[in-house]
Amino acid sequence: MRVRSCDSLVLVVRVLRGRVLVVCAHGADPRHLSCRHPFLQNYPLYIRSAPTENELKFHYMVHTSLDVVDEKISAMGKALVDQRELYLGLLYPTEDYKVYGYVTNSKVKFVMVVDSSNTALRDNEIRSMFRKLHNSYTDVMCNPFYNPGDRIQSRAFDSMVTSMMIQVC
Amino acid sequence: MEGLTLSDAEQKYYSDLFSYCDIESTKKVAANGRVLELFRAAQLPNDVVLQIMELCGATRLGYFGRSQFYIALKLVAVAQSGFPLRVESINTVKDLPLPRFVASKNEQESRHAASYSSDSENQGSYSGVIPPPPGRGQVKKGSVSHDPVQPRTSADQQEPASPVVSPQQSPPTSPHTWRKHNRHPSGGNSERPLTGPGPFWSPFGEAQSGSSAGDAVWSGHSPPPPQENWVSFADTPPTSTLLTMHPASVQDQTTVRTVASATTANEIRRQSSSYDDPWKITDEQRQYYVNQFKTIQPDLNGFIPGSAAKEFFTKSKLPILELSHIWELSDFDKDGALTLDEFCAAFHLVVARKNGYDLPEKLPESLMPKLIDLEDSADVGDQPGEVGYSGSPAEAPPSKSPSMPSLNQTWPELNQSSEDTAIVHPVPIRMTPSKIHMQEMELKRTGSDHTNPTSPLLVKTSDLSEESKINSSVKFASGNTVDGYSSSDSFTSDPEQLGNNVTHQRSHSGTSPDNTAPPPPPPRPQPSHSRSSSLDMNRTFAVTTGQQQAGVVAHPPAVPPRPQPSQAPGPVVHRPVDADGLITHTSTSPQQIPEQPNFADFSQFEVFAASNVNEEQEDEAEKHAEVLPVEKASDPASSLRVAKTDSKIEEKTAAGAPASVSKGTTPLAPPPKPVRRRLKSEDELRPEVDEHTQKTGVLAAVLASQPSIPRSVGKDKKAIQASIRRNKETNTVLARLNSELQQQLKDVLEERISLEVQLEQLRPFSHL
Repeated sequence: MRVRSCDSLVLVVRVLRGRVLVVCAHGADPRHLSCRHPFLQNYPLYIRSAPTENELKFHYMVHTSLDVVDEKISAMGKALVDQRELYLGLLYPTEDYKVYGYVTNSKVKFVMVVDSSNTALRDNEIRSMFRKLHNSYTDVMCNPFYNPGDRIQSRAFDSMVTSMMIQVC
Repeated sequence: MEGLTLSDAEQKYYSDLFSYCDIESTKKVAANGRVLELFRAAQLPNDVVLQIMELCGATRLGYFGRSQFYIALKLVAVAQSGFPLRVESINTVKDLPLPRFVASKNEQESRHAASYSSDSENQGSYSGVIPPPPGRGQVKKGSVSHDPVQPRTSADQQEPASPVVSPQQSPPTSPHTWRKHNRHPSGGNSERPLTGPGPFWSPFGEAQSGSSAGDAVWSGHSPPPPQENWVSFADTPPTSTLLTMHPASVQDQTTVRTVASATTANEIRRQSSSYDDPWKITDEQRQYYVNQFKTIQPDLNGFIPGSAAKEFFTKSKLPILELSHIWELSDFDKDGALTLDEFCAAFHLVVARKNGYDLPEKLPESLMPKLIDLEDSADVGDQPGEVGYSGSPAEAPPSKSPSMPSLNQTWPELNQSSEDTAIVHPVPIRMTPSKIHMQEMELKRTGSDHTNPTSPLLVKTSDLSEESKINSSVKFASGNTVDGYSSSDSFTSDPEQLGNNVTHQRSHSGTSPDNTAPPPPPPRPQPSHSRSSSLDMNRTFAVTTGQQQAGVVAHPPAVPPRPQPSQAPGPVVHRPVDADGLITHTSTSPQQIPEQPNFADFSQFEVFAASNVNEEQEDEAEKHAEVLPVEKASDPASSLRVAKTDSKIEEKTAAGAPASVSKGTTPLAPPPKPVRRRLKSEDELRPEVDEHTQKTGVLAAVLASQPSIPRSVGKDKKAIQASIRRNKETNTVLARLNSELQQQLKDVLEERISLEVQLEQLRPFSHL
């Protein structure tokens, strides 16, 4: 059967010493939990990594970090979801990398993986990157030809992500 | 080579040919390549060609310069006309028809074969020539770009009527034709003549017969029109694609015809317009887009929602991905809806894509939506220049209400807001001119200047109401024969001793503004200043004077008295210090301002202390206090004072160091011992006295401030807070003073006891 994930989107950006992995993944929307396959939530809408080595490992990291994102979202509970809370901040640091999360009001998750050696990245920069991602994602959604849930193939989005990753690297 | 005179037509024709042959734009045409082809096209025997080449000098030079080329062409014409080839025939032969070149080139052949066959009946003697121009014309119809050849425009201008004729007969089959030959340049060119150029040809033929020059122009144009243009144009005649789309998108025959007519009508205009931008929308295209827009959204100032646009463009059978990309490009303000400009841009991109153009990564400038929709609904094709759209993303059409706020739309809002919001610089407003302001100034001064900025204030205020000063002068002032001014000085000095700048500054502030504005600096403080020249007083006064004059506005007269009492003691303090030729003077001079009041208080305290010490009752102290000031004021004999102080100090020292000193000195004659003791103890006492004087100064300050308290209460919050602060500080100072005085009292009592004991001891001797 054709499994269609739920509505949230996860975007992961992986930055590692010049590498960036961007992954947009569909997260779980509670409204659709009942009608969706429980295991197939949070599938990625967009994944990008630069440079493209060990991508699989980063993909794995991204998916594991989605659990943390979900945890944070649920922890918010009934708190009003304002702009500040959209930025989840550092999800968890590991020995090699840091993972940052961002969730939109529509439960679209952006996950960015940054290499720890890239100490030049500060929180504000991460926030601005997420903001740019969010804006670009919004532009993609504006496109009537884009069906939510499809993989993002927008060239504008790609170019934005590329420029962002290049800037970081 | 003799000069060559060419007629206008010849000139144009030759230049066209030359430019055609001059592929590399080097102004030199090699003897091979196109030149040879050209000559071969002249359908002249080779030997004639060679002869021509020799004649024109190309063989000499090895290449065809412009002049040589022209001469060659002229010779070709000569040869074609049947005249013998001679150098002089270049200019002698008059009314020579332009050289004719059969399109023998491969491209031309392939391109024009069909056209030749189709137009053979129209061509007459210009069989090879006619089709290209119409083909060119056809290409131009669909092209959105280059029209570099000037003669073409002239030819077009010569044939204004022909395009108009064609619309009548543009049949519905044209779309099919064009669609079929969408990708075949030659086919497109060839088929086109079937439909559009059909009627086109007839007027052209008529025109041809009419003017050879026109024919010549056309013929001359056959090679020159850049073949690349044909290729490009043939590939993407937008109109053809438009018509292709029609069955897919709109089943409107009328619009097709309209488009076709508009196409041909505008073709000429397009030729005359700039031709650099391949993305420019031609007028007829724009009109077509506008019409399409109207079918979806009748209001041309409105916009098409995304869903409707999606449906519309899906009909074009382009892949969704490409449509998505087109949307991204054309939806400039990213609001999910298309304005007329955006719609036209999107439509144009679809057309271009249909024709094989790759979609650009960025929206071309000519497709950018205009800032303001000028004539989207007004004109059809009046302005060829309208084709170019120059818009800035900064402003979205005002009528558009973005469903999602975009960066572009926020720009004008920001701009407007920034323009509207005037940056208002905070203008310092004085709340009330009087005391509060001065208090504020005092507060400012507190942090900056720890000296007596207020003292000049006080000094100045003293002039205004001396009586009040005198009245307000408290205990010490009364003791002092000097007027209240001196007492006020003591008061000022006291707080200064404490270092409680805030307190006395505040008190001063209350008064100073009142006094400083109207009166000039009073002369009285000058004597004190003179003494204080070694101190910072002068500087302070000068500074504060300047400050006051700058900031002071008007001051209620009620304030002045307070600082005056505090001021009054000051000079008094100084004077006693001067009068006191003792060490106090020397000690004061090196010391700074805080010291001066100390001395004043010192002396006063000495009086006080002496009264306490010498006389076990306060009456004596008062007497002494009175005596001392009197003595000080009148420059008393230091010995007398010394004696008194000696006794005081003796006892004090007895209290302080009862063991050795007192015992040693008491049996001796009182005067000498006390002197010694006094001298010693004076030094010892001085710090104590200083403290005492400080305490007394505090007391004085408290007393001085007390009158000001009621005043400040009635003022602003700052005044109240200042007074509260002041009171708190005076409280602490007084508490300290109290404790020290208590200690001194204890000491004094001990001395008394010891003296009594001594007296007892002496009494039996006296009896004996």
